[in-house]
Amino acid sequence: MNPAPLLQVSDLTLAIKSSGREVVKQVGFSVSPGEIVGIVGESGSGKTLAARAVMGFIPPAVARVSGSILFGGEEITTMPAKRLRAIRGAKVGMVFQEPMTSLNPSMTIGRQLEEGLALHRDLDAAGRRALILDMLRRVGLTDPEGALEAFPHQFSGGMRQRIMLASVMLLKPALLLADEPTTALDAVIQRDVMELMVDLTRENGTAVLLISHDLGMVARYCSRIVVMCQGDVVEQGPSEEILARPQHPYTRKLLAAMPLRGPVRAFEAGPTPIVAVRDLVVDYPGRQRFFAKSAPKRALHGISLEVKPGEVVAVVGGSGSGKTTLGQSIAGLVKPSGGEILFQGKPIARSEAAWWDYRLNCQMVFQDPYSSLDPRMTIGDLVSEPLRLVKSLTKAQKAARVAEVLAEVGLGDGFAERYPHELSGGQRQRVAIARAVVRRPSFVIADEPVSALDVTVRAQVLDLFAELQKKHGFSCLFISHDLGVVEQVADRVVVMNEGRIVEQGPRDAIFDAPQHSYTRKLLSAVPGLESTEDGGVRLFWRLGDSGQA
Amino acid sequence: MSSRTLKLPPLNALIGGALIGTLLVVAGIGAVWTPYDPLRLSFRYKLAPPSEMFWLGTDEFGRDVLSRLMAGAATSVWISVLTVALAVVLGTLIGLFSGYMRGWTDRVIMAFNDALLAFPGILLALGLLAVVGANKYGIILALGLAYTPSVARIVRGTALSLREREFIAASRVMGNSEGYTMARHILPNCIAPLTVLATSMFGYVLLAESALSFLGLGVPPPAPTWGNMLAASRPYIGQAMWLGIFPGLCISLTLLGINLLGDAVRDKLDPRMRGAR
Repeated sequence: MNPAPLLQVSDLTLAIKSSGREVVKQVGFSVSPGEIVGIVGESGSGKTLAARAVMGFIPPAVARVSGSILFGGEEITTMPAKRLRAIRGAKVGMVFQEPMTSLNPSMTIGRQLEEGLALHRDLDAAGRRALILDMLRRVGLTDPEGALEAFPHQFSGGMRQRIMLASVMLLKPALLLADEPTTALDAVIQRDVMELMVDLTRENGTAVLLISHDLGMVARYCSRIVVMCQGDVVEQGPSEEILARPQHPYTRKLLAAMPLRGPVRAFEAGPTPIVAVRDLVVDYPGRQRFFAKSAPKRALHGISLEVKPGEVVAVVGGSGSGKTTLGQSIAGLVKPSGGEILFQGKPIARSEAAWWDYRLNCQMVFQDPYSSLDPRMTIGDLVSEPLRLVKSLTKAQKAARVAEVLAEVGLGDGFAERYPHELSGGQRQRVAIARAVVRRPSFVIADEPVSALDVTVRAQVLDLFAELQKKHGFSCLFISHDLGVVEQVADRVVVMNEGRIVEQGPRDAIFDAPQHSYTRKLLSAVPGLESTEDGGVRLFWRLGDSGQA
Repeated sequence: MSSRTLKLPPLNALIGGALIGTLLVVAGIGAVWTPYDPLRLSFRYKLAPPSEMFWLGTDEFGRDVLSRLMAGAATSVWISVLTVALAVVLGTLIGLFSGYMRGWTDRVIMAFNDALLAFPGILLALGLLAVVGANKYGIILALGLAYTPSVARIVRGTALSLREREFIAASRVMGNSEGYTMARHILPNCIAPLTVLATSMFGYVLLAESALSFLGLGVPPPAPTWGNMLAASRPYIGQAMWLGIFPGLCISLTLLGINLLGDAVRDKLDPRMRGAR
């Protein structure tokens, strides 16, 4: 019943030349004309390599060992370079992950879009211009004429991804490779861009090969899913099948790693909040030039919030909402220009003693485990460094504490001597958590602690965090853009937009009955997942009224 | 990445170590004993080619080239080492301070620094030498100050980029003081660019010292340095090329050794280069 597939990859094996290690093992899948197929896998699964091989883009260090890639009946792997170039762009287009770097910063948008047309289409300048303007209007740019003369840095990430999409779709390719096209974007914009991509490709009958680690998104838009793990295709089939009845253990593990809502925890109303923030205002000074100073930018407009002992308060919001600035000013990294921060009822800015009490009791976990650990220090040194300022412990006690904390985060034997670069991302984040809790703080700020991690690792780190939180009872300000994660960990949720709190309340109230329109928009942008009895999950859109759920 | 470095033995350390080791031994011997007196004139043997008697020949005054090279090694190496050390220490302090303070402090220091950088180093050194006088320590001071701005630039740039890394923020959240953060987290991470810079600077200084000698502002004759030997060889290069070749070879081999050793030291100090265990 199927027509001949547009793309047929069979038995494809790719290996690293120097070591002979196979990174893609006998992978086979097919894409029919107009179909949207998703490849899901974690980092190192070979999903990007397998997809790039379709365009003949494999890094020089990697060689094809065996297998064939048929595109429209033609063999890609043995195709002469000239013919391959004719196919790239014209027949197969590609959208990359990073909108910040995938457009040439020193060329105007108009000239970049024109490049492909001039190469592959026989059109005069006026005809090209008309096509480009049409397409820019189609992807939702308000001023297409102006955009032609503009440079990439004048656009936001979401806009750039739209422009990227426009430049690819101008040529109406038969196949679009989208490599994590929305990973670098905000939740709200993610959905807009994905939907634009789906609409555009549907209009032009373009098939899409969507590469992503985000199972929810792939399941939402793709008719078929290919699950890859360490170079192998472990499972493939229709989306509903895979979600409802996953066969392979790895697929089950992936599904089980999707965050699910945790139980409601009760807190007494009584005690003083561990940390309270009153009318916090933060201004970033304008850029200082030699003779002039541009106007300061207000990042936070009077934020007030409280964190009770033992409570996890999540701050959610899109990029630019001020959530990171809030975390940094509470951590003392950014000086507030107004308002005050109270630790156990005492304002920290008033006395040196209160400030030190706060400093020793407030710790932070950062987003990027690759940059938050000093590369020249061993894990043991990193974790023991905070104890340097704790005068009450003897040297032996400090060593014992470090060993204990390392064991708690699951890095017991032999890790203390290692350096950060020898560890995986998840292990590094464990080190960062160990460093934050080693002083037994009563308050921890976690700024996007899991957003740089793979799904299964993310689940493990979240579990560890919850376990430590239960054991030591610290309060936590959890900053995240990922609503799924927030739904799992938070007791209370604070929603921020443009430097203001638009809504705050208990988690269930925010997720089930959001009041503010921004909260509703945020929630409707991401699909929710529910587990079903037989080990699968069911996908649902929150707030039924918001779109084609 | 690390698999490649693991397979190769640290050849650069071996060769570099051997070259520098030989140099130090020769300089050490040269300080106490040389085959002939390096300052003794002998017109009977002037411009003698290399022979059994004078292994590396003699110069225009009949002085033994080998003896002079040995005696000069100590002076040349000592001058270079002290100069580089002076520039590195001074430049690192200025660069770290400037990069960490930022704002107006940084702007003023760097404006001054860039003004100095705009002068050719040798010109700056000449000016300074005119003030402090042409002797061994004058040269060290002049060249050291002349090379300080480039070190300050590099260290400041590195410090600026490190400042934005999250582990610096982490150190502040821990409650560490600014000084401690600089010493513990920023300085060690500046070492890689510093070693590269210092080793290449060593070469420049050896050459600059010879250039100064060439202009008559180096270590005053008759005391030998490799630089003034090279400079003195110029009029005789047609009839007695050993005069230029041997000091030149000494300078080149020393540079090669220092560069190899510098790379090896940098790799050794960088935990990422030690390979995964």
